[in-house]
Amino acid sequence: MELQAKHLLGIKDLTKEDIQLILSTATQFKEVLQRPVKKVPSLRDVTIVNLFYENSTRTRMSFELAEKRLSADVLNFTASSSSAAKGETLLDTVNNILSMKVDMVVMRHSASGAPHFLAKHIPAAIINAGDGINEHPTQALLDAFSMQEKTGKLEGLKVAIIGDIMHSRVALSNMYLLKKMGAEIMVVGPPTLIPTYIAEALGVKVSYNVQQALQWCDVANVLRIQLERQNQPLFSSLREYNLAYGIKKSMLDKLGKEIVIMHPGPINRGVELDSDVADGAHSIILNQVENGVAVRMAVLYLLAGKTN
Amino acid sequence: MALTVKRLAHQLLENNPGLEDTVIIGLQPRGIYLSDRVVKELGRIIDPALIQYGKLDITFYRDDVRKSLHIANATDIPFSIENKKVVLIDDVLYTGRTIRAALDALLDFGRPKKVSLCVLIDRRFSRELPIQPDFAGKAIDTILSDKVKVHWEGRDEKDEVILL
Repeated sequence: MELQAKHLLGIKDLTKEDIQLILSTATQFKEVLQRPVKKVPSLRDVTIVNLFYENSTRTRMSFELAEKRLSADVLNFTASSSSAAKGETLLDTVNNILSMKVDMVVMRHSASGAPHFLAKHIPAAIINAGDGINEHPTQALLDAFSMQEKTGKLEGLKVAIIGDIMHSRVALSNMYLLKKMGAEIMVVGPPTLIPTYIAEALGVKVSYNVQQALQWCDVANVLRIQLERQNQPLFSSLREYNLAYGIKKSMLDKLGKEIVIMHPGPINRGVELDSDVADGAHSIILNQVENGVAVRMAVLYLLAGKTN
Repeated sequence: MALTVKRLAHQLLENNPGLEDTVIIGLQPRGIYLSDRVVKELGRIIDPALIQYGKLDITFYRDDVRKSLHIANATDIPFSIENKKVVLIDDVLYTGRTIRAALDALLDFGRPKKVSLCVLIDRRFSRELPIQPDFAGKAIDTILSDKVKVHWEGRDEKDEVILL
């Protein structure tokens, strides 16, 4: 058994078996991370560049740590402090890096489809670390891993995805993945932040009422409002968004059942999540971050075999 | 084969009286069937509570990661191996590369006092590394194109060693 794809551009291209393989391999890497020496020599002869054209804390550090735990050699590239600021094109930059014998490229870019473009023009394996409003596959994989770890299943799991569905690559990757794994999905948010034909296109439920969605779901994956991608006002103010769609402790207390709260980070406290929810007993937000390293190790390990 | 497993268990005990400061580690995936049986046999002779038994997967330590993809199995070593006498158990010893990887993997869990190797089948004259077993069920002479597979009752039809 092996991954069907040479790159990880999006969850859209993966099969259910691919996803299961990544998740089960991640379980083994999670055990590695509990050992006294949290490092294995698997990718000793692999060089990886982390190409970040957009800001990131968690994803970049998580990838870098995953690469180092696999003994790969790591190069870091941040667009703002590079020659990209002098006008070098993406393809020129990458070709220059690859001429230094780099095997894999982890890339984040604000343009949707940027990693797909690269995949057509360069020989290295590419892992999408977030492209515009398209996909963020490793986030969806670590979300699924965390859901499975916490609830024991994905099949039949009821997941509410709450917030800026329109601009969130996390939402799209999550929907593709959960759908493939047989979970039920409900997207929730203001009508202006939910694409019009999403129910028909992706087979998900749509709700505009957060309390109802919380009552329905087993897991609530709460997303950040992507103000940097909204070039027109889509709701009147952050305060009003919080009043109508923010998750508060009192809402969880009313449910009469336990649900799991997730968030891909960074959190805007007091907007989509109140602090007592983000830091409360329902939250597995920091477990998600921990699992991110193991999941990314699994992806890198499974794709590295294809770079030879 | 039942007799051979019994003999291996007795030899382990003879060399490690009462299994004091000794831990048993089976190698995933197929070494586990032998180590399960050996541990069961040991449990008939000494108090099973005294046996420390773990499982080790060496996939991430292989020297051919990029030649072909290998799927990892679970590692479960719920005790410290620091200063312990470790007995590694695998079904067939062939080139020695698996054991080389296992030694590397083991050292990431601590610094054992001593490591010894117990196998059911020793394929002599086919080693690619200087590694020899301390306890072997049976030594057989094979050529490189042969394949040796061990079947276990309960998992396969019956206990047998097959030369393909």
